[in-house]
Amino acid sequence: MYCLIAAESAIFSIFVVAYLFYTGKSLTGPQPRDVLSVPVFFTICLLSSSLTIHFAVKFLEGGKVRAFALWWLLTIVLGALFLAGTAQEWHRLIFREGLTIQTNLFGTTYYSLVGLHAFHVTVGLIALTSVSAFAVLGYLRQEHAERVKVLSMYWHFVDVVWVVVFIVVYIVGR
Amino acid sequence: MSPTNIFAADSTPADTILGLSIFVLAVTGTIFTIVFTLLAYTIVKFRRRPGDDDREPAQIYGSNQVELAWTVIPVLIVLVLFLATARVIASVQNAARPRGAISVTVIGHQFWWEYRYPDLKVVTANELHIPVSDAAHPTPTFLTLLSADTDHSFWVPRLAGKTDLIPNHPNSMWVDPHETGLFLGQCSQYCGVQHALMLLRVYVQTRDEFDRWIKQQSQAAAPMSEIASAMSQTASRGQRIFETTACVNCHTVAGTVAKGRFGPDLTHLMSRDTIASGALANTADNLRRWIRNPAAIKPGCLMPAMELSDPNLDAVTAYMETLR
Amino acid sequence: MSAEPIVLRETSAVRPPLVEMLHEWVTTVDHKRLGILYIIFALMFLILGGVEATIMRIQLIRPLNDFVSPQVFNRMFTMHGTTMIFFVAMPLVFGFGNYLVPLMIGARDMAFPRLNAFSFWMTAFGGLFLYFSFIGGDGLYGAGNAPDVGWFAYAPLTSQTFSPGHSTDFWTVALLISGFGSIGTAINLVTTIVCMRCPGMTLGRMPLLAWMNLVMGGLVILAVSPLSAAQIMLMVDRYLGGHFFDTQAGGSAVLWMHFFWVFGHPEVYVLVIPAFAFASEIIPVFSRKAIFGYPVMVAATVGIGFISMSVWAHHMFAVGMSSNSNTFFVLSTMAIAVPTGIKIFNWLGTMWGGKILFKVPMLFCVAFLFQFLIAGLTGIMQGAAPFDWQLTASYFVVAHFHYVIVGGILFTIFAAFYYWFPKASGRMYSESLGRLHFWLFVIGFHLTFDFMHIPGVLGMPRRIYTYEPGRGWDAWNLIITIGAFFQAAGILVFLYNLLWSYFHGEIAGSDPWDAWTLEWTTTSPPPAYNFATVPEVKSRRPLWDLKHPEDPDWKYE
Repeated sequence: MYCLIAAESAIFSIFVVAYLFYTGKSLTGPQPRDVLSVPVFFTICLLSSSLTIHFAVKFLEGGKVRAFALWWLLTIVLGALFLAGTAQEWHRLIFREGLTIQTNLFGTTYYSLVGLHAFHVTVGLIALTSVSAFAVLGYLRQEHAERVKVLSMYWHFVDVVWVVVFIVVYIVGR
Repeated sequence: MSPTNIFAADSTPADTILGLSIFVLAVTGTIFTIVFTLLAYTIVKFRRRPGDDDREPAQIYGSNQVELAWTVIPVLIVLVLFLATARVIASVQNAARPRGAISVTVIGHQFWWEYRYPDLKVVTANELHIPVSDAAHPTPTFLTLLSADTDHSFWVPRLAGKTDLIPNHPNSMWVDPHETGLFLGQCSQYCGVQHALMLLRVYVQTRDEFDRWIKQQSQAAAPMSEIASAMSQTASRGQRIFETTACVNCHTVAGTVAKGRFGPDLTHLMSRDTIASGALANTADNLRRWIRNPAAIKPGCLMPAMELSDPNLDAVTAYMETLR
Repeated sequence: MSAEPIVLRETSAVRPPLVEMLHEWVTTVDHKRLGILYIIFALMFLILGGVEATIMRIQLIRPLNDFVSPQVFNRMFTMHGTTMIFFVAMPLVFGFGNYLVPLMIGARDMAFPRLNAFSFWMTAFGGLFLYFSFIGGDGLYGAGNAPDVGWFAYAPLTSQTFSPGHSTDFWTVALLISGFGSIGTAINLVTTIVCMRCPGMTLGRMPLLAWMNLVMGGLVILAVSPLSAAQIMLMVDRYLGGHFFDTQAGGSAVLWMHFFWVFGHPEVYVLVIPAFAFASEIIPVFSRKAIFGYPVMVAATVGIGFISMSVWAHHMFAVGMSSNSNTFFVLSTMAIAVPTGIKIFNWLGTMWGGKILFKVPMLFCVAFLFQFLIAGLTGIMQGAAPFDWQLTASYFVVAHFHYVIVGGILFTIFAAFYYWFPKASGRMYSESLGRLHFWLFVIGFHLTFDFMHIPGVLGMPRRIYTYEPGRGWDAWNLIITIGAFFQAAGILVFLYNLLWSYFHGEIAGSDPWDAWTLEWTTTSPPPAYNFATVPEVKSRRPLWDLKHPEDPDWKYE
């Protein structure tokens, strides 16, 4: 998983570099400070989900499968909330502000970077939901804690990436 | 003697590069000789011979002194090479621009070269004319390199190293040729189907010749009334066909309605030795062949065949012939 | 652990039907079979890439030739480069890594056998997808034909404006898919080496081949990913109206170059470090001496891995970067020459005082040493940026990189084939056919690539489908083309040798070379489980210790 995280970090780095390089270089169209609103609530959701998944894994390691399932579900809910927030933001940007991936350099780099992250959140949620299904069906036991922990590392990685994206897009880039 | 030999430098950037190249070749050549000899010696001296017993040779796992030596020496060599290189980079890229310098804007197109002399108000294509530069009173030419479409590269080996022409990324380079003459080169960054025949011809002239060329090039095309009457009927017809067919969408003939910029400026087409960015000699026959079907000579080039009938083709060629 | 391998009796002496055998191979997760699949796949694509090269060389045999049209030629150089790097060299390197690493570290398989299979099939699919481009899209003549944008696909030539149709997309998608396969294999290699070494095998006792595959795996993880990212951006530009490399909207063509070469330079180290690995295993055995300076070889390799991530813009010296940028990349490029050069000295030190046996694997390794020396020196020449302003994008650089990839990497891969063929197949190859292959190929290689430097310094750019007479290039191009035919002959002899020897070669036994690493302790070919009992080692050359109990390595390490 560390190797996968290294590879994914390299991919995200390239998108971050492109975003930073093109800051301020859009020839036309909406600029970040005109249209971006800082997604504080949804960021808190995502970052808290790192906490909840941490607790979930701890419970599973201790053999408490029911508590694990609860905290795991909470993680999924928080992650889904984050995605909903992204979807809401994009809806506003596209239909109210007229910013699409085609509009200008800002549009292209913004949707690509945030979209790539959202894609990774989605894949993560699918994996987390599968694990939930196994838990509900009774197949998940304490001895699987190690594997679940590896999956939680992926989730933590997705959160760290969001911290970077957040800083680059909503703080530095504005 | 190759006309594009990088070792036949004839301009300061190419000279400086040559100096560095010789130094680098000397260093690498020495390294090669020494290591090659050691390798050759080793494989001969330490080969298994027929009478050899089966005992394994002494197992030596390493030697700190030897390994230190062959680390330190390469580091020193690398340092020396680096410093020599850094100096040359600075001298070529950061050269000051003297007052007598000529400015030319080079715009790369698929698959021809546009040359604009902004101060001298001249626009031409494919054949670059610049004055020779005297070390005492230097008159180098500073080129601003732009592109209208994809990446290209300006490489005339005897005058300078190559520099790319990249859209939305203006570059600059300079040359100060020491001798008059014709210098050849070609596009050196793959730019599409006809990259291979996007040739460069740089005419280095004496100051007088250059000034005369500029004067001639800055005039508009001579009006038809001044053309010898024997030619003028066919040529006139040719001009009408030229101006009512799609030709004017791409080409400019100064002083007429033709103001297209997609293709080369044709105002003084007959003053050039070649057509089709150096691919053909500028003769009436070649011109006619080219206009008839450019793709037969440069498959994939962007000038379409206009399906002209033979008489119309003759007329347009005749018109082109008046553009001196 | 004894020196004699324990052989467990096969339960069935009858050969299963063909369909069942094919099914076994297609569904295998055994690292040895996947290794062989990678290698067979690579050899098939080697032939395709070689045909493309031959077509180009025939076209260039004389000026203003018309053997093929410019459109076809441009597809040839694009496909040749893409094929050779992604579908020949990388699969060969992964194939040998897959086969050898678990055996050499005393493991039973790779860490993730199913991921291993998945990665191979991704790569295979990528290759087939790329070649489908010849008939896909608009068929043989239309805009949907094979990609023709060069193997590094510079923007904006790859935009919809200049490359309509799907030819560029075949390049992008094929490499995206096989790229994910490569990352999968790299993850597998790194995890296997870090986690699955047999008892007693500390990192400091691993064979150099394992170290080098570890560094190579790390490089793939860090370097192939940027290419994938850039390709995603290219698809966004081409299909979603994005502007990453759209110069009309303020985008940067140079940004693509940076992203590509951040991948492209470490990529060549991904290819060459395993070549160093083969040399580091083979040269000691045929010199009858341990590798000279194992710790420094490890340090140099790791150093090369790190520095290789900082030299990429030496491919961009002519692009118009500032003098400060150019100067920095000169420094990093020259710096990487130091650990690389050191290795040549270490191999020399290994042979010095030895008793060199010139079997075919050693012949190829010796040629490698001379050729890699020259390749490295022409690299240093180009590292001096102003010199590179003349040499880049000319046939000089084409000569340089073929010198590294063919003269360096392919030669050691041939050596590796001959060295480990007995282990994988159980039979010895034909020594005389091997020598014939060697000499044909050496002659062809030098005819082509030595003389190729000359048109470069005489001003001949690369990627041109024809050239003007009178530039002084004609005679050299003729010689270069002739050399290509010698190389083709050599390859044919090689392939014939592999096939003939597989069926008729002498039985090899478990240790035909009197070598010292773990793979020689098991049978030839190894059983599916590799080792009947998990080995335990006390030094870098466990088999040497067993054969020389009076003078074992662990006394000196």
